[in-house]
Amino acid sequence: MARSLLRLLALLIVLVVAASGTARADLVADLSQHLVAITTGFSGTKVLLFGTTGGMGDVVVVVRGPENTEVVRRKARKAGIWVNDAEMVFEGVPSYYAVAASRPLDEFLPERVARREEIGIRNLRVTPPVDAEPQEFDAFRAALIRNKQKAKLYSVEPERISFLGNRLFRTDMHFPANAPVGTYIVRVFLVHDGEVIGANITPLVVSKIGFEAGVFDFAHRHSLAYGVLAILIAVVAGWSASVAFHKD
Amino acid sequence: MDIYLPIAEMSVNVILVLGLGGGVGFLSGLFGVGGGFLMTPLLIFIGIPPAVAVATEANQIVASSVSGVLAHWRRGNVDFKMGVVLLVGGFAGSSAGVWLFTVLRDLGQIDLVIKLSFVVFLGIIGLLMLVESLQAMMRRHKTAPPHKVKRSWLDRLPLKMRFRRSRLYISVLLPILVGFVVGLLAAIMGVGGGFIMVPAMIYLLGMPTAVVVGTSLFQVIFVTANVTLLQSITNQTVDVVLALLLLFGGVVGAQFGARAGALLHGDQLRSLLALMVLIVCGKLAFDLVVTPDDVYSLGGVVSH
Repeated sequence: MARSLLRLLALLIVLVVAASGTARADLVADLSQHLVAITTGFSGTKVLLFGTTGGMGDVVVVVRGPENTEVVRRKARKAGIWVNDAEMVFEGVPSYYAVAASRPLDEFLPERVARREEIGIRNLRVTPPVDAEPQEFDAFRAALIRNKQKAKLYSVEPERISFLGNRLFRTDMHFPANAPVGTYIVRVFLVHDGEVIGANITPLVVSKIGFEAGVFDFAHRHSLAYGVLAILIAVVAGWSASVAFHKD
Repeated sequence: MDIYLPIAEMSVNVILVLGLGGGVGFLSGLFGVGGGFLMTPLLIFIGIPPAVAVATEANQIVASSVSGVLAHWRRGNVDFKMGVVLLVGGFAGSSAGVWLFTVLRDLGQIDLVIKLSFVVFLGIIGLLMLVESLQAMMRRHKTAPPHKVKRSWLDRLPLKMRFRRSRLYISVLLPILVGFVVGLLAAIMGVGGGFIMVPAMIYLLGMPTAVVVGTSLFQVIFVTANVTLLQSITNQTVDVVLALLLLFGGVVGAQFGARAGALLHGDQLRSLLALMVLIVCGKLAFDLVVTPDDVYSLGGVVSH
């Protein structure tokens, strides 16, 4: 938490400096909604991001989910069956990561900018555990990203940002059913001549709402009562089924 | 139509889950079995995390056992004294099982242990049932010789107790041990354990068949309730929404199954069930042996 706050602060300073240095940085962007509500019928959703530029440059959007600690495990064949054998623990991994751009990234975004702002999946910074061997780390890092992509939590290719005219842009951001809850940071960059000339940060909250949130909170906060209630529900259901179908 | 499961944290198709509940309920009505040993692997097949599948299925078995035991109770087929003695072992076994479950989960080996346990037990039970039912089919018209149980050393165990309804005078150590083992399996595999308890009661304890199923169901209620409670407290993996969906499908399916069961011969039924058990076992074993698409997997978020 403190880490991500620091990161945010550092980014804000960079952005303020960037914005004051260039007068042309008139980038405005917003989301169609700032809350993704996970309700009973939730099976993934998309959020529209839209905005305007001053008429020049390309737009890149990076969305990062709340940071987590992730365990990656590797199976090995032992006595004929596949068994989890080695593992690596990654701290501070974004639970969700997606990129959208108005053109293919390599056409307008210099490598150093991409690396600095962590734009594009291969520029995503993953801190190695202290005792990790470099070769092992590379394999596990790749596996982390691959599995996150398989779960649709990391984007494989940047999504398209489309321009309507030469100022207005829009893109759809997709959030799958397994999107982790928490605060997401949506960063929009305006890039011109290989430099970031404007940037914008918008938070997006993904949260369980209503019944789903109630059940989850209850299960985690009052787990004893939850267990007792689960048993009571089952007993009542079983008893009423027996009564309903009893033929005498 | 999709529904979001709050504990499993994924969305599933309602019709699919109701269908699974109904299908397994139908089979449990047809064969007179609990169905946990089929439902837990099926839930894993459709992508429910094994830890959630096991804990939730324990919750569902509470319900199906309650409705099952009432029918046996009305007919006086429950040996409550034996049930309580089995439960002593059952509580200890299932508590130990949930503890073991948590340890294995932290080690990243719980999925493997769940699947391996199913392969071993489904394999053994399936084969035994298949052989037994085929033999029975071949000699249907002959009268089977009564089963003689040799229990010489078992009779010498201390702490004997009289169980009037079961017409037994045996050491309590034996049922306590049986209860412990079945409780352990219930916690780790998310099954009621009837498929192990029933043969153990007949062949090991020598109980009359009439009271076996009712007594087994009676103690399964409390063992699975204990598992539900402990899983809720230690792992928060009981998904009541999923349990309710399975329950609803299961209750309806079981009624149709029981009616269909009346149309088939007992040994035909058992051989069909044996085949199905072996198919599920085979699928699980195949998945363990075949080289996975990706040898790396995400172990889930570490909770602090």
